Amino acid sequence: MPADRLRANALLCILRCEVNALVIHDTRLGTRTRLALVGVIVLSVGAAFLYLGGWLSPHQLSPGRLVDTFESLNGPHPGFRRNHAKGVSVSGYFEANGAGTRLSKASVFSPGRVPVVGRFALAGGMPYAPDGVATVRSMGLRFSLPHGEEWRTGMNNIPVFVVNTAEAFNEQLIATAPDPATKKPNPEKLAAFIAKHPEFARAVGAIKAQAPTSGFEDSTYNSLNAFELTNDAGQVTKVRWSMVPVQPAARVPALPPGAAPTPNFLFDALIAKVKEQPLRWRLVLTIGQAADSTRDSTLAWPDSRERVDVGTLTIDHVEGEATGPARTINFDPLVLPNGIAGSDDPLLSARSAAYSQSFTRRVAEPVSSSAVTTSESERVSTP
Amino acid sequence: MSKITQFAWSSRVLHWLMAVALLGMLAIGMHMVASLEQYRLLVGIHRPLGMLIWVLALIRLVNRQLQPLPPFLPTMSARERLIATASERLLYGLMLLLPLVGWGMLSAARLPVRVGPVVLPPILPHSVALYTLLRRSHTVLAYLLFFAFMAHLSAVLFHSLVLRDGLLRRMLPWAPKANERSDADSSD
Repeated sequence: MPADRLRANALLCILRCEVNALVIHDTRLGTRTRLALVGVIVLSVGAAFLYLGGWLSPHQLSPGRLVDTFESLNGPHPGFRRNHAKGVSVSGYFEANGAGTRLSKASVFSPGRVPVVGRFALAGGMPYAPDGVATVRSMGLRFSLPHGEEWRTGMNNIPVFVVNTAEAFNEQLIATAPDPATKKPNPEKLAAFIAKHPEFARAVGAIKAQAPTSGFEDSTYNSLNAFELTNDAGQVTKVRWSMVPVQPAARVPALPPGAAPTPNFLFDALIAKVKEQPLRWRLVLTIGQAADSTRDSTLAWPDSRERVDVGTLTIDHVEGEATGPARTINFDPLVLPNGIAGSDDPLLSARSAAYSQSFTRRVAEPVSSSAVTTSESERVSTP
Repeated sequence: MSKITQFAWSSRVLHWLMAVALLGMLAIGMHMVASLEQYRLLVGIHRPLGMLIWVLALIRLVNRQLQPLPPFLPTMSARERLIATASERLLYGLMLLLPLVGWGMLSAARLPVRVGPVVLPPILPHSVALYTLLRRSHTVLAYLLFFAFMAHLSAVLFHSLVLRDGLLRRMLPWAPKANERSDADSSD
């Protein structure tokens, strides 16, 4: 008899004897002791569940506590996303050229057209904050695929993310929040955060090396996190993806002296451009090599990596949030079709968890009118 | 004596399969909402496991109608028997309802429910108000299931360890040996 089978039999025998000792009257313990034993077992099970539910570790960051940080720094904005709060809803379609099928079996890469609903937004939890050129711009997309499958992705116009863990992100939010008295981040807190997270300064350097373009329409949006593609042959390829604008990039126009930009100038320009003609982006997959980190979103992959153009996104409709379809979409980066999977980047799980928490909270709240609207009917109430 | 002293073989197997699945599910559900790091892994187990529990509960319900039950032990009063019956119904109800509420809430939010390579169809219309209602119900019902499980565990331990009436033996996966007779049996 093989040794592991013997061991298994011995284990089973011990387990059986233990259970029998519990069940059968053959024990010399007194009634009080046995009653206490019942109490200990029941309380232990209860404590194990309290531990699992995070009740015993109130200082550990949870999805709820991360979203609480946003709420405490930005104030209450019922009905809005806790981050990327200011945005507009868009729609259009994606046309795959078939070049992605050698890398992934996902139906989105097969030649053909699929409908897309999306959202352009600015990073930050203030839904009425004035637009700023330096504010991070985002593009959220939901591709509706055959057989009930979906692909959701949330991308930013920065080349890398600023931190590589959810805990560091939470610390960064607190360290970079403006002090109520000075309206600027507390320099000591900021210095302490930067000293603790060298990856932050490195990532900010890479971000600042790329000057922002004039607006949403000519920005490149990057997945930041890495993903894994699986093709029909079962081969796995690690990738990051980008939406690269077809319309030429323009410099930020200089304002005439003394003039101030209007509060929604970035969104207003986007709305005007979409109404003028459909906007297009090329979906480009960057193929990672063995040396490229999938766990660390603050590290850029070398420019020399192979890039595959797999199709074109066309955005031909834009609408304010109150009436647009994007308001009730959670752009959870882990809603993926067969053939695309998340990498080992811990930020993916954290994003999925926090987005779900933000979604659950905001959809339970009354809807207020967004800062950016495209028609009179959207102005439900004034903030 | 030839009276049935154990639940039917199929009932015992189903009971312990369900016990493992439910205890795992409660642990996963509790930890899932508290963990940023494990969320992805746990949600990936939670949804297909929920559907498995639902199927298992349906099988149990059919099995429950078909298989004879061992009689209540003499150590159980009429009131205790009433409570035992009611809590059994509550547990069956929750095992059948919780997965449907979960599937329904994701349907109402239009979040795809993936079970292996297949995406389940939505079972409710797209409505965030409905999502909110069902999301809250899912939590409340899950806590109710947790407390029902704790009550079940406490009662079985009390009978087995304090009263020593051999209650647990009726549900053990193996048949009791002759020398493992309980106090209650010997007093018959």
